[in-house]
Amino acid sequence: MKTLICALSAACLALAAPLAIAADKPTDPQIAHIAYSAGVIDVEAAKLALSKTKNPDVTAFARSMQKDHEAVNDMALALVKKLGVTPEDNPTSQALAKASEEKRAELGKLDGAAFDKAYIDNEVAYHREVNGALETLLIPSAQNPELKSLLETGLKLFQGHEQHAEHVAAGLK
Amino acid sequence: MTALLNRRQLLAAGAAVLAGGTLARAHNGTVHVTIDKLAFQPAEIEVKAGETIEWTNRDPFAHTATVKGGWEVSIPPGKSATHVVTADDSVDYYCRFHPNMTGRIKVVA
Repeated sequence: MKTLICALSAACLALAAPLAIAADKPTDPQIAHIAYSAGVIDVEAAKLALSKTKNPDVTAFARSMQKDHEAVNDMALALVKKLGVTPEDNPTSQALAKASEEKRAELGKLDGAAFDKAYIDNEVAYHREVNGALETLLIPSAQNPELKSLLETGLKLFQGHEQHAEHVAAGLK
Repeated sequence: MTALLNRRQLLAAGAAVLAGGTLARAHNGTVHVTIDKLAFQPAEIEVKAGETIEWTNRDPFAHTATVKGGWEVSIPPGKSATHVVTADDSVDYYCRFHPNMTGRIKVVA
């Protein structure tokens, strides 16, 4: 989880305190909260991009992020409802939210090609780190098989997003 | 023991169904590819020119079948979409939105 948070923001050092707690193996209610929060963050980033960009490839990418992350979060909500699990806020989710607010503020100051590049570069880095956290921490820690399965589908989806972002980034250069 | 045998028979039947499915032969000129959990199934198909490939998207995500420098088929969530095979359609394809999803089409005589 440490790498996930560090990649999200230069505020890495400031987040050192919550990291000690976040390094513990998360429970299913915490995993559900982290995964859902990570999706919401990318939907918010996509909305910001759609309000700013004029680049058709960036627009198509952001639309895809918004739709896909909303769809997978709908699946997550349906699953936790079915399982009777209440997602539990935790230091990792809070650190994610804080780092993403800072990143959004940073992106909000940019326009045109500078915005497009910063947004897409951040999408590559963000998905890479979320995928790393899914592979090494969240999926191995998940106890419920249905939650584990949904996280595995999420990993494939986000690996696709990472590659899509890399394709868009290559086109911007 | 009877229960065990029944279970074995069931497994054998299941395996036969799976094996049959991977052949993906055209029925009435249409070859079916299912998209489920970010994968084209079967990933490789053999078709004849003039036959139709039909992709059925069981995911809640929009997908495409995209040939680099060639054609592209949009396959909305929960929907199906088709492509009529031409003689030069021996190609690799991928999903534009999730490039880790890949498939291959081989045109046979």
